Amino acid sequence: MAIDCIPQALKLRRDRRWWRATVDDGLWQETAAGLAAGRWTLISLWGEAEGVRMALADEAYGEIGVVSLPCPERRFPSVGRQHPPALRLERAARDLFGLEADGAPDHRPWLDHGRWGVRYPLGLAKPDSAATPYEFLPVQGEGVHQIPVGPIHAGIIEPGHFRFSVNGETVVRLEQRLGYVHKGIEGLMAGTDPVSAVRLAGRASGDSTVAFALAFCQAGEAAMGIDVPRRAVWLRALMAELERLANHFGDIGAICNDAAFAILQARFALLREEVLRAAADCFGHRLMMDRILPGGTAVDLPADGPRRLARLVEMVRRQLPRLVELYENTASLKGRTVGTGLLSPELARRFGAGGYIGRASGRQIDARLHPGYPPYDQLTFEVPVLNSGDVNARVWVRISEVEQSLGLVEQILGALPDGPTRGEAAAGQGEQAAEGGALVEGFRGDIFVWLRLGGDGRVERCHLRDPSWFQWPLLEAAIEGNIVADFPLCNKSFNCSYSGQDG
Amino acid sequence: MRKLLFEGLFQSPLTEPPPAAEAVAAFDLAGRLDRAARRRLGRSLAIRHVDVGSCNGCELELHALGNAFYDLERFGLRFVASPRHADVLMVTGPMCKNMGEALERTWRATPDPKWVIAVGDCAVDGGVFAGGYACHGGIAALVPVDLQLRGCPPQPLDLLAGLLNLIEENAR
Repeated sequence: MAIDCIPQALKLRRDRRWWRATVDDGLWQETAAGLAAGRWTLISLWGEAEGVRMALADEAYGEIGVVSLPCPERRFPSVGRQHPPALRLERAARDLFGLEADGAPDHRPWLDHGRWGVRYPLGLAKPDSAATPYEFLPVQGEGVHQIPVGPIHAGIIEPGHFRFSVNGETVVRLEQRLGYVHKGIEGLMAGTDPVSAVRLAGRASGDSTVAFALAFCQAGEAAMGIDVPRRAVWLRALMAELERLANHFGDIGAICNDAAFAILQARFALLREEVLRAAADCFGHRLMMDRILPGGTAVDLPADGPRRLARLVEMVRRQLPRLVELYENTASLKGRTVGTGLLSPELARRFGAGGYIGRASGRQIDARLHPGYPPYDQLTFEVPVLNSGDVNARVWVRISEVEQSLGLVEQILGALPDGPTRGEAAAGQGEQAAEGGALVEGFRGDIFVWLRLGGDGRVERCHLRDPSWFQWPLLEAAIEGNIVADFPLCNKSFNCSYSGQDG
Repeated sequence: MRKLLFEGLFQSPLTEPPPAAEAVAAFDLAGRLDRAARRRLGRSLAIRHVDVGSCNGCELELHALGNAFYDLERFGLRFVASPRHADVLMVTGPMCKNMGEALERTWRATPDPKWVIAVGDCAVDGGVFAGGYACHGGIAALVPVDLQLRGCPPQPLDLLAGLLNLIEENAR
């Protein structure tokens, strides 16, 4: 289904199921109303030099469109006013580009903490910005007190601030303040060549380095019309599935640990380590950073790689069932995870939650299938979906995804095509500026990248949207009514990326 | 669970031998450690990790130090929750300006004698993030650095070797 409020004539260019349109204020607001009515899902909203853009998907994620609104006055009608998932993205667009969202209910800065010495660094940069105190939302009521946590947390965790308003033991409201690890990645990418830019993209969120590099490369290849050698396409998927396995193992163990069940944490940490070691043996880097390059991959699988990975899969298949059985049969553990941190399917849908968070709350989406990219069209796998939306469901979606990924690794190894791993035209020289987008399924959910390359082949603008942008706000909702002591458990079951959202 | 525990009793341990201290280049630490500090700390170090902008890759490898293969705690090294309990700050990330105050406060809250380790290329000199408006490009801009552990991210064995070096120097 096409985005119906936009006349066909405005859909300037259509390629690979992606369409684009430039709209005026009226159509922009109609689009926002369509998002609010649930006809489409917001994929992202971001600033550009000349205006603001948003990407949206239809219900089945079959078609993705990018809507541009030129903003000569540096203002645009707020989407967040009608559709709250856009709020933080609008605040970020204002902080980075100085694009003001008219009518937005929240005008507080988001990424800009007043420490950069510059305002609107990617727009009409102005020197200086004095740090002003951040106003948290007011809370009222008898007996309500506040617990401020962060930005530095107790453990090996990324920084962010959580403001809990608590009545007795029950969380009445959680308000997040993020942006502490804003590195200015999108600014650093501008003007670099794609090979340097992909190094930055692969460090937007280190745990998803493969998925981010893949999304960046797919966007660039779509823009330039480059075909990637078949072997490289399959190797990329192999790395992506190994990354998914490693992260899911780490997460499942860590969730159990936050429910004080250390033996599963220890066991799953070993499985994670085994995956990382196999990745290092096969691709030369434990996290597989910088292994995917525009036009292909940086490395090929060594001759004994398939055997090495087959051994890994066999070992995991042997160990996993007993660990899962232990999880399932330990009443004290299940007592913590079942019914904790509920996320309603309605809220998950409205925020377009991806990954295990969305799929544990009834969302049947997976970017590998919809809009889909090769080689997954030639592979068989299921997308596990549960409806209970609690910590237990998020654990179980991960367990099921591990099983699917093991099958995918085997299928890929069995059908890995021969040939080169990087195309000759990899450094592709275009005559004119070209744009492209990609939606790639990382372990955490769908990663969106929009890229514009200049005529000289350099990056003019790149926007990276981590799935956490839409998952962090849902954590605020899921923790409500839970006890403070269950926050680590809920938080770990979401495992949102601080770095990915801060950028 | 009984089966798993039982198996654990009879399986040979997974933990690997420690890396040789000379696996890592010698660091100029001796000068910073006075005798009193050595006496007070013995061979044990309490580590507080601070992320000042990491992509979270370094965190994944710091986490890995705790798994049975590397088993950090066998060396008397452990991560603590508060800087007030820490001897060592392991700092990751390119020193985001938004984390400046937090790191300075953490450093001040850590009692003397204390050491700061810049973990990963970003913490050493900003890595790929150097030069932007949002980062200082390395933690040395805000706190004195005693030890640099390069890598993107540094592998667990490198981290372990660096830490062992620190306690060896410390005990000498």
